[in-house]
Amino acid sequence: MSEKVLLEINGVSKSFPGVKALDNISFCVKEGHIHALIGENGAGKSTLIKILDGIYKPDAGTMTFSGKSLSPRTPLDAQKQGISVVHQEIKLVDALSIAENIFLGRPKTSHNLIDWKKLNREAQVLLDSLEANLRAEIAVRNLSIAQKQIVEICKAMSYNVKLLIMDEPSAALTIKEQEILFRTMRVLKAKGLTIIYISHRLEEIFNLADEVTVLRDGCLVDTMPIDNVDRKRLISMMVGRELENEYPKEKVAIGEVLLDVKNLCRGRMVKNISFQLHRGEILGIAGLIGSGRTETARVIFGADKKEKGTVLIKGKELKKQTVTESIQNKIALVPEDRRSQGLILGMSVKENISLVGIDHILKNKIINNRLEKIMALNFINKLRIQTPDEEREVKYLSGGNQQKVVLSKWLAVDSDVIIFDEPTRGIDVGAKAEIYRLLVALARAGKGVIMISSELPELLGMADRIIVMHEGRISGEIYSNDATQEKILDMAISH
Amino acid sequence: MDRHQEQPQSRNFFTPILRWFDDYPIALAVIGLCVIMSLISSSFLSFNNIMNVLRQISMIAILAAGQFLVLVAGGIDISLGSIVGLAGIIFSMGMVKWGMAPIVAALLAVFIGGISGFFNGFQDAIVGIPAMIATLGTQGVARGLTYVLTNAYPISDLPESISFLGRGYLLSIPWPVIIMLIVFLIIGFISQKTKFGRFVYASGGNPEAAYLSGIKVKKVKITTYVIAGCLASLSGIILVSRLASGQPNAGIGWEFEAIIAVIIGGVSLAGGKGKIFGVLLGAILVGLLTNGMTLLNVSSYYQQIVKGLVLVFAVGLDVYQTRKQNKA
Repeated sequence: MSEKVLLEINGVSKSFPGVKALDNISFCVKEGHIHALIGENGAGKSTLIKILDGIYKPDAGTMTFSGKSLSPRTPLDAQKQGISVVHQEIKLVDALSIAENIFLGRPKTSHNLIDWKKLNREAQVLLDSLEANLRAEIAVRNLSIAQKQIVEICKAMSYNVKLLIMDEPSAALTIKEQEILFRTMRVLKAKGLTIIYISHRLEEIFNLADEVTVLRDGCLVDTMPIDNVDRKRLISMMVGRELENEYPKEKVAIGEVLLDVKNLCRGRMVKNISFQLHRGEILGIAGLIGSGRTETARVIFGADKKEKGTVLIKGKELKKQTVTESIQNKIALVPEDRRSQGLILGMSVKENISLVGIDHILKNKIINNRLEKIMALNFINKLRIQTPDEEREVKYLSGGNQQKVVLSKWLAVDSDVIIFDEPTRGIDVGAKAEIYRLLVALARAGKGVIMISSELPELLGMADRIIVMHEGRISGEIYSNDATQEKILDMAISH
Repeated sequence: MDRHQEQPQSRNFFTPILRWFDDYPIALAVIGLCVIMSLISSSFLSFNNIMNVLRQISMIAILAAGQFLVLVAGGIDISLGSIVGLAGIIFSMGMVKWGMAPIVAALLAVFIGGISGFFNGFQDAIVGIPAMIATLGTQGVARGLTYVLTNAYPISDLPESISFLGRGYLLSIPWPVIIMLIVFLIIGFISQKTKFGRFVYASGGNPEAAYLSGIKVKKVKITTYVIAGCLASLSGIILVSRLASGQPNAGIGWEFEAIIAVIIGGVSLAGGKGKIFGVLLGAILVGLLTNGMTLLNVSSYYQQIVKGLVLVFAVGLDVYQTRKQNKA
């Protein structure tokens, strides 16, 4: 492996009104390496990427790329110099073929007409070079997310890329798809390409990266070979303090049955689901993406209608199966996607918190500002929601604080059964620990907690018992004392 | 970032005023137009002229108040102008042809407006037809019904007893202005102080999150259309008493002016955002614009062009701001 430096960042700073996003950042990326860039949300990773991509201009500092000074003015400019970014959200035209997408805007022509053969042939060469088992003619809409990412990479490769920047490419992928992506990255590396890789998942970084750079609050913490650090040290570098215990699990006495689900069915995704949830229990639900976990949660909550089966809460059957009925019976759902399902982003923290329990703040059927404020402040203090005041629009809060607002709205109606769907997705390490402590506090208060998660370490660390789902069915159940990642994965993949 | 972050260190006398203008940037435009108008015409700032302008805008403003609720809930209603026409005809025919007492005919007209609104809401919320198309359909149906009922002839010989609504005064304030202010107070109260109002904002702001919070989004949305339909009827009734006849062509293009008023009043086309007071300012601005152009002898054809451009400009600004906020 060459030790030549491809990219040198020297004293780069960038400020926005009120925030110093990057403060005097300097580090080198070596040619042919996979260089991981990590840090909590707001650490400055995206700003740095946007500077490299020509979207932002740095206030100070210089960059050198393959020996030449680098100051891209637009993403296109960056691409011409050999830097391409693969974003988290895929930007392909679904209706067009892979080949058309790769050469979008630059069709291969002969005599002013599109030369389809040439177009497909050149696209196929790129696909094959990545050992992707794909045909260039098929439409992008038929591809999985990982395959779409490979098309994005091919597109970048077609510009003669030297440095590929990947912004959390694995976040939305299933375990199988992740394997495809990682294999592609290794192929790219073998071809001598340099990759800057951003991820929240430390396991991946240890598997893939050669070097790692940690940012915190816009400052550089350190850059070092991955072999010189361990997981614990990386986390403490990101958070800036030692996290003595990543999972603050406590043993709580398990009480009576709260929720009893019997033979619940709906379509292909919910087949004959039966389980019980007790007071004080944290019940984990594991499974691959698409295994029916979210769908099961929605049916229990009454957001979707069941086809068969019963849901009993404290022995009482839910007959109507509506959200309203579930709320009356103190079932809550903290959905997967806070921003699109959990919050009214244009509303204030206060209005979001009072949304479900709005009857509690009415006086003679009129919204009472004082009662609403008291309710909001109560939860802002109790859950330590970081916000300048209760009037702040919730969209300006960080992911962890937004999640606390969603939870507050359910605690305001004193919910007994709380279903969390991916409670820590997109939340940074420090805030995760706080969410975990809240889960424990709920269990201690005698509530029943269901925790759907794709992160096995978090399930193993937090749940008392784990149900594993596969293709809409429960494929196994295990107490977390006996569980290992391997056992759960085994149940999640086949049975 | 947003304005709440740049807290001014020195809070002086002007701070609350400046913040108020921040919330209602359109107020500046209204004041600006008033200054220009009073320079052009010395009688502009007289009590009579101000009341005159307010009376001119009152019917569009009442329409806009209903449109406001529909837009905040995430819909849009372009059938309101036709409902004005239909309700006016029902009101006139009720009294003249069917021998109803004025109050009964008025209630019937409001009821028909409500039904039209329900039809809109049903198409949008239950069937899932895009609001613009659903209400375009209603626009055609309601206008067509108006022509069928009247054979396109106006209805005249209305009882004298209803003329106060359009032409009368209470303490030298025109009745339409009083009705408009009452409507705005009620809609303002509903939108800011009641559970239903909060649900309207939530349903428009994020229907999925609202649904998962136990809000019956479809019901809320339909209700906003029904209210808008009823208010359009009220507007139609006032127009009939002002003209002393039921015109089958009444209200054509009014939804257009109402939408202009609502959008320049700061209500977002994307739903979930806006205040009724902004809508009132928006309606006043549209009224001043019309009034000013008429004073300047601008032909009504050119006035259409100007209003069209104002609408496009206002929506463009709204789209631009939404995009900017989504980036933040």
